[in-house]
Amino acid sequence: MVKKEPVKIKEVEASIRAGNFDEVILGYNEDEALHEAARCLQCKNPLCISGCPVGIDIKTFIYKITRKDYAGAYNTIREKNNFPSICGRVCPAEYQCRKACVLSKKGLPFASAQAINIHFLERFTGDYGMLHPSPSKAACSGPQIKKVAIVGSGPAGLCCAGELARAGIKVIVYEGLHKLGGVLRYGIPPFRLPRNILDYEIDSLKKMGVEFIPNFIVGRNKDVDELLKDGFSAVFLGLGAGIPSFLGIKGENLCNIYSANEFLTRVNLMSAYKFPKAHTPVNIGKSMVIIGGGNTAMDAARCALRLQKMNGMSPNTTILYRRSEVELPARRLEIEHAKEEGIKFKLLVKPQEFVGDEKGFVTKLRCLQCELGEPDSSGRRKPIEIPGSDFEVDCDIAVVAIGLNANEILTKVTPSLKTDKYGDVIVEQESMETSIKNVFAGGDIVGGEGTVIEAMGMAKKAAKSIIEKLCNQR
Amino acid sequence: MSIKILEKKILADVSGSRIVQIKVPAKDIAAKAKAGQFIVLMVTEEGERIPLTIADIDSNKTTITIIFQEAGLTTRLLGKLEPNDSLYALAGPLGHPTKIHENEDVFIVGGGVGIAEIYPVARAFKAKGNRVTTILGARTKELLILEEELKKVSDNFYVTTDDGSYGKKGFVTDILKDLLIKSDKSAPYSLVYAVGPIPMMRKVAETTKPFNVKTLVSLNALMVDATGMCGCCRVSVGGKTKFSCVDGPEFDAHEVNWDELIKRNKIYFDKEQHICKLLIK
Repeated sequence: MVKKEPVKIKEVEASIRAGNFDEVILGYNEDEALHEAARCLQCKNPLCISGCPVGIDIKTFIYKITRKDYAGAYNTIREKNNFPSICGRVCPAEYQCRKACVLSKKGLPFASAQAINIHFLERFTGDYGMLHPSPSKAACSGPQIKKVAIVGSGPAGLCCAGELARAGIKVIVYEGLHKLGGVLRYGIPPFRLPRNILDYEIDSLKKMGVEFIPNFIVGRNKDVDELLKDGFSAVFLGLGAGIPSFLGIKGENLCNIYSANEFLTRVNLMSAYKFPKAHTPVNIGKSMVIIGGGNTAMDAARCALRLQKMNGMSPNTTILYRRSEVELPARRLEIEHAKEEGIKFKLLVKPQEFVGDEKGFVTKLRCLQCELGEPDSSGRRKPIEIPGSDFEVDCDIAVVAIGLNANEILTKVTPSLKTDKYGDVIVEQESMETSIKNVFAGGDIVGGEGTVIEAMGMAKKAAKSIIEKLCNQR
Repeated sequence: MSIKILEKKILADVSGSRIVQIKVPAKDIAAKAKAGQFIVLMVTEEGERIPLTIADIDSNKTTITIIFQEAGLTTRLLGKLEPNDSLYALAGPLGHPTKIHENEDVFIVGGGVGIAEIYPVARAFKAKGNRVTTILGARTKELLILEEELKKVSDNFYVTTDDGSYGKKGFVTDILKDLLIKSDKSAPYSLVYAVGPIPMMRKVAETTKPFNVKTLVSLNALMVDATGMCGCCRVSVGGKTKFSCVDGPEFDAHEVNWDELIKRNKIYFDKEQHICKLLIK
């Protein structure tokens, strides 16, 4: 029944792109978007929408593309998602809308290639909207009587800010770092999300009247109670996941062993790839090893390989992951990109011990080979170490990308804010309200590590409750 | 919001090795900062984020004072700024404040630019009725800072210089050891609080260990975000990995893995030298 093959997306050739931090995916042109949109079956009962954490009316926006009504398509997406240019670039669509697409083969952990390239169409539409700003999304001229504080300028905070500002609420966003965007800035590299896109989306919030205060750490400069006393009717906590996890193996504090957060923060937020023009250094090695299989691991590996190439070294970056390829939690597209760029994958490997030299720098990583056993609580097959399978890999830089725990800088000083055993903030599922009245939360500080769009989904729910609550107070 | 330098003072200048004091407006930090806490700052948008101790807060709680030694690139660029020049970014207060005891006998030991860090701590101890014995150490007389300020908040006050140009010739630990030997066994010192170069803090730890007196040090690990996000500042304390920024910066000196800290603080030694050569004229 499938009539046409999916329209391939244009990308910069691997050998060229791996030598810089410019965007890898070039996006659809109008013709390509029209062809891809024409593949959509316009199902009577569209399953794709159920796969979107914010419920974008995918069927309608794709239909509007086929009618060349791009502004209309843009507005359709914006009804549910403030940041189509961001989500069209970073959403793991193959686990979400595309997996639900009727054209995708069933029974796979992620969408098959036949599924409509919804994310590329979203990106096309978002970028069209950026180039053709319409007055409809301009500033809300409401009286802005009510004021809401947002803590954190990552995906959840930005999304909540946009929703509230559109409802005529005055929003002030507090950010602890010196630049805005949270993980979109410090975590996701520019070759996946160019900074001008992020800056554009933040600027459009500013134009809607949202105020941003960087270098302000809620929990330090002010706590939640003080914000409420300062005249904020509500507070939204989009704190993100904070503290990096380590493996807990011997030698892990040797020099040149980074958490993914540190490595990516140095490279992305602090622009260490421009060293010495940017002053923050990052060390680059001959054998760079990334431990983990998620998107963060892919980002770290692709940054590492670029750093090697940009510094005239032969590229040698390896991802170590304890399960097999099908279990890699990263976006399939990023895995493909990483492979094309020359990143090696050593699968079914469990690190045992880092070994260093007399100066304290890491030189080798001892590992064990694994095989897959029965599925564990995550539903994925559990890696089981094979006794006697010890081996060593050369490793002069290691990046540990195995996840994050909750940052407790705010929760620790806010005892009335209830958290679970992981330190995540507990919310009422429908309203996203926390144990403190008029304080809401969303994003990774609620759900543990999730995706950008999941964070936005929670932020939207919270924004809806805040708006309802504030309207009732009037 | 620009962060303009209000005042600048050169506290010491010995053959190009300067210790500089600046005062900057920081209402949101001054309102909350306590002794022992630090800030993180950036000189320019391309700059590094570096942690520096809050040396003082004005009585109106609108400004903070920062004291630093020109050592690496960022402190040297910071030293070039004059009043009315602006910092790019400033955030804090970070880290745990010092736990201030009451009505006890405490040692406050400072070496080099670490003296800037012990000053607010000594003052806080004095304010809570503690008997404060201060020992300051410097390489040479001209590098000794905050002597008068610390004298005022100390019950007993000692100075040592490495070259004997002022005070007693030798190291802070010589005096510390003497005083611990002579101390009254029925009313022992409850705390030794020491901040300075790593070799000094390590020596202090070794000196106090046989006397079984609690010893705290404030560590100067490398940091990036300084809010617990990156783990750059991890140190081993009692065999466990801790983050200096959110678990510290103060730790039990007897439990710190000093060798590891020394090595980790040299991770970027080559790059630091390279960039200093390029950018500092």
